[in-house]
Amino acid sequence: MDKTRLGGHYLEKYDEELESVRHRVLSMGGLVEEQISNAILALGSGDAKLAEEVMANDMKVNGFEVAIDEQCSQILARHQPAATDLRFLLAVIKTITDLERIGDQAERVARMAIHLAEKDRPKNQYADVVALGERVLKMVHEALDAFARMDVGAAVAVARSDAAVDNDYEAIMRQSITFMMEDPRTISRAMDVIWAIRALERIGDHSRNMCEYVVYLVKGKDVRHISIDQMEEAALGKKKE
Amino acid sequence: MDGTNTMSQQTTMTHGMGEKLFEGVSRKRLNIASEDICLQVNDLKLYYGNDIAIKGVSMAIPRNRVTAFIGPSGCGKSTLLRCFNRMNDLIDACRIEGEILLDGKNIYERGVDVAELRRRVGMVFQKPNPFPKSIYENIAYGLRLQGVKDRKVLDEVVERSLKGAALWDEVKDRLHENAFGLSGGQQQRLVIARAIAIEPEVLLLDEPASALDPISTAKIEELIDELKDNYTILIVTHNMQQAARVSDYTAYMYLGELIEFDDTLTVFTNPAQKATEDYITGRYG
Repeated sequence: MDKTRLGGHYLEKYDEELESVRHRVLSMGGLVEEQISNAILALGSGDAKLAEEVMANDMKVNGFEVAIDEQCSQILARHQPAATDLRFLLAVIKTITDLERIGDQAERVARMAIHLAEKDRPKNQYADVVALGERVLKMVHEALDAFARMDVGAAVAVARSDAAVDNDYEAIMRQSITFMMEDPRTISRAMDVIWAIRALERIGDHSRNMCEYVVYLVKGKDVRHISIDQMEEAALGKKKE
Repeated sequence: MDGTNTMSQQTTMTHGMGEKLFEGVSRKRLNIASEDICLQVNDLKLYYGNDIAIKGVSMAIPRNRVTAFIGPSGCGKSTLLRCFNRMNDLIDACRIEGEILLDGKNIYERGVDVAELRRRVGMVFQKPNPFPKSIYENIAYGLRLQGVKDRKVLDEVVERSLKGAALWDEVKDRLHENAFGLSGGQQQRLVIARAIAIEPEVLLLDEPASALDPISTAKIEELIDELKDNYTILIVTHNMQQAARVSDYTAYMYLGELIEFDDTLTVFTNPAQKATEDYITGRYG
């Protein structure tokens, strides 16, 4: 198949309905990116008010999920989609579940930002946590981009970058444990940090899931629950040297 | 992780019976290579005068499976279906090259008894065509032609055939009433009962449900599913959802050529050819 496309149906309304779903998924993605961005900004700057806004906005993310699911079920009922159209709708239904969960994790980071805003701040102003946050934010952005462009190569590259997120997460975790052992008065703050980085690490996992749906959408191959090298081989048909 | 490696190999494999994904979880896909072949078509060409309607089709149709033929009007699917019991012989100026093997024997060979072929390969059309006789006589007709006179044998065959076509319960009390008194859906099942009364091997169904309402259609589809235990079924349909529901294999034809032939799930979720994809998703090429 030379190119996966949503348009080109004899029934133009069908084109419009699919395009509308795609547009909404990207809007939802944009909102989720903003939520992550604000949550890590609030955490890094100790801005409790911004963090509260993030928590309140999670309802909007949930609303997108419900609305898009509804739209997909209507298209399934009306058009009985097949092939690419069917895979697109299945990929969307799965993608928005992960996006909604990313939204929940952003809310969790915001809650920790509120806790941390009340406490003494370390000299580095949580720069390592913010750096991890920016890394996962980039992953979400690029996963959505891969979805928008139906770009399997980009999807595999994003999935591969999840390993770096896991490394960062473990480094901050080790450091937090060291702090707690050295000075028990830091335990409360370190625990909040651990909750926040755990949430960020989960966002990385959800982004990887979204990339797997892109491979399913374009190639019709299920690449869940396999190693990244196997995913690359299945998606791009080549072995990593 | 143990087992990850073999798992991936299986995941990337797209065909194979009962492909194992995880412990206790397998994906069942049909595979033509492991089927018993009932009908083998070899480079079949069909001409109407100077026009070519089927341009060299080769395919193997598996026994006791439902094979659907889909494609736009004029693609040759009905014409191809009619080749399997030599119905095209009835059309002047129609010329056929190539061969169709039924159980390994070419049905176009000189000396083939066409009446006997049509007994082995039954056909049902879009519009039900019962004879203007009683329900009973419609079914018994084929056997009477074969010279069967024994009332007991006829009674048995009528009952078995009507049960086989899921019509018995609805008509058992009025077997001697005229068949035209039945509804369209019942008439279609009567015609299927008439076809199976003479115990064919293959059933050709040309748009068997397109003139029926959804309930009658569902009954016919259910019947097709039951009949495939005993018969090899070939169905031509314009209704793609119907092809997806009832068939094990799907053949997509376009302008007299066989574009794609694969197990139905593959054709409807991830077809190999762009032309197939465009057709089943309702796109222009």
